[in-house]
Amino acid sequence: MGFLGIVRLAFISLSRNKMRSFLTALGIIIGVMSVVGMVALGQGAYYSVQENISKMGTNLIMVMPGSASRRGFQGGRGSMDSLKVADAESIARNCPSVKYVTPVVRASGQVIFGNNNTQTSVMGVNEHYLEIASREITEGRFFSLSEVQGGSKVAVIGKTLSETIFGNMNPIGQVVRFNKMPVQIIGLLKSRGEAGMGGGDQDDIMLMPFSVVQRRISGITHVHMLNVSAVSAESVEDAKLEIEEVLRRNHKIYEGKEDDFRITTQDDIAEMAGSTLTIIALLLGSIASVSLLVGGIGIMNIMLVSVTERTREIGIRMAIGARTTDILYQFLVESVVLSCVGGIAGIFGGFLLANLIGNFVEFDPVVSNASIIISVLFSAGVGIFFGLYPAWKASNLDPIDAFRYE
Amino acid sequence: MENNNILLQVKDLTKTYYMDGVSVKALRGVNLNFYKGQFTSIMGASGSGKSTLMNILGCLDKPTSGHYLIEGEDVSTFSKNQLALVRNKKIGFVFQGFNLLSRTSALENVELPMIYAGISATERHERAKAALASVGLAGREHHHSNQLSGGQQQRVAIARALVNRPSVILADEPTGNLDSYSSIEIMGIFQGLNKQGISIILITHEPDIAQYSQRVVRVSDGEIVADSRVENPLLALEEIKKHKKPGSEED
Repeated sequence: MGFLGIVRLAFISLSRNKMRSFLTALGIIIGVMSVVGMVALGQGAYYSVQENISKMGTNLIMVMPGSASRRGFQGGRGSMDSLKVADAESIARNCPSVKYVTPVVRASGQVIFGNNNTQTSVMGVNEHYLEIASREITEGRFFSLSEVQGGSKVAVIGKTLSETIFGNMNPIGQVVRFNKMPVQIIGLLKSRGEAGMGGGDQDDIMLMPFSVVQRRISGITHVHMLNVSAVSAESVEDAKLEIEEVLRRNHKIYEGKEDDFRITTQDDIAEMAGSTLTIIALLLGSIASVSLLVGGIGIMNIMLVSVTERTREIGIRMAIGARTTDILYQFLVESVVLSCVGGIAGIFGGFLLANLIGNFVEFDPVVSNASIIISVLFSAGVGIFFGLYPAWKASNLDPIDAFRYE
Repeated sequence: MENNNILLQVKDLTKTYYMDGVSVKALRGVNLNFYKGQFTSIMGASGSGKSTLMNILGCLDKPTSGHYLIEGEDVSTFSKNQLALVRNKKIGFVFQGFNLLSRTSALENVELPMIYAGISATERHERAKAALASVGLAGREHHHSNQLSGGQQQRVAIARALVNRPSVILADEPTGNLDSYSSIEIMGIFQGLNKQGISIILITHEPDIAQYSQRVVRVSDGEIVADSRVENPLLALEEIKKHKKPGSEED
């Protein structure tokens, strides 16, 4: 019998027990649906995090201090105070692959304006921060080099902070008090929303010249971090090497000694986050594929029932000249058709599921072609694997026994 | 009869079944020849071994010992798939219970053996139609089994048995489920086919049905006890005139 003939026969046989065939296929439908849906969820999360990372800045390189170790006690990452403003200056001067660099000093405190007050974090940066972090000003202006050098008590604030303390009022030109120090608001940052990395609202922030934050607010001589922007995406690795060289020289670290700082590029972060999310996606996918497995067992169950029910038909076919392989293929194709039809329906179900989940999460689940192809192949595989035993059982019936079966 | 006229040859055939440690000898050394173009009946009471003999003749079962030759070829050592091929090409089955595929049209039932023979769809259609016409079922190609009377179903089964042009038609109690009128009709079809040169082996326990054949072989306790020619076989075409056609049967 030709292949198409067998497939046609399979459809005819399956349509004789529509309800049963549908319920059997439902196992596969649910299995494929959850695999496609879960993988879409994982991939959506992956893309959204990668996008957020790329939003962190332009060819961004972050330099953090190393971990302090005193008398055998290892401090946390970034606990050393090895980075100075001078390091930023020498990087700007001596690294040809570096476009901009800013020292970063972090602090937090209470912002007070009239009757409103709120706790917020303040970041001390220099005039290049906007370019490095790919942020924009919607109103007012950013602070200038002279304001940074002169230690002007000016600030640029994010949208959330502005709404919290000023409401609908225009914040530009207003003076707030931050830790009892008067600060004039000169600009408003364009909203960026929640970012994946480190969480937190990137619009609940106040940017000030680093000199002010370092000396007046924190009272420290070091900086918490250096943010660097490379000239181009290709020069990020070169910039990393140049920065390392400059910092080792500045910090007088002899050859063979460990760095007292850590350089992390945007790609490093993306890679780290990517591998975590890939594990999560795999985990979701493998949990979902358990239901596909259960669906496969359902197919096997029904095929075994079907073989028993149709013993007489098998006997007739054998008496008429069907070979062992003819019977084998007939039942195998039946279970493959069942699982493939279920698989295709499951893909549509997966789309619906992904869209449904998309309404509840902050990113869009992504149904990839790969997950569709894998689902179809996998469900065909399930059909073959779970159909093989019933089909083998059918084909190995003794014609006489099959014939006399009542 | 001459040797080259032998269609089927059975030599020292035995078949022993083992059931719960007890062996039952269904056939105890059967020797029998069937000739080309002959219409033979095998008769015996139930349990005589005639069904076992039929299963072996039909290549549905293998003998415990002895040889079975179809047109000179020893099939007693054939594999499952080789036997399937023999059943497909050389043997046409007609059963007591018709054994048509349910919820399948007459035409598709008749096409079935040709599907397994790998014959193209158009040729299958042509031949199946012709076979149905030859048993008087032209115009009923698309009726399903449950829309046909017993006699009609049995005729579909005969068409199915014929369609691959087998060497022999094996009929196992073909009239067992039929009323006497339909039985004679079926015998008429067999006689007609036999006249065209088709060899027929009929298994029955009804002596009057056996009288339509040319030779009667009697089996008892797994052995051949009689083998005789029928002097004046009944002619179905004549006999049918003596029977009143039942109103519910046929149209």
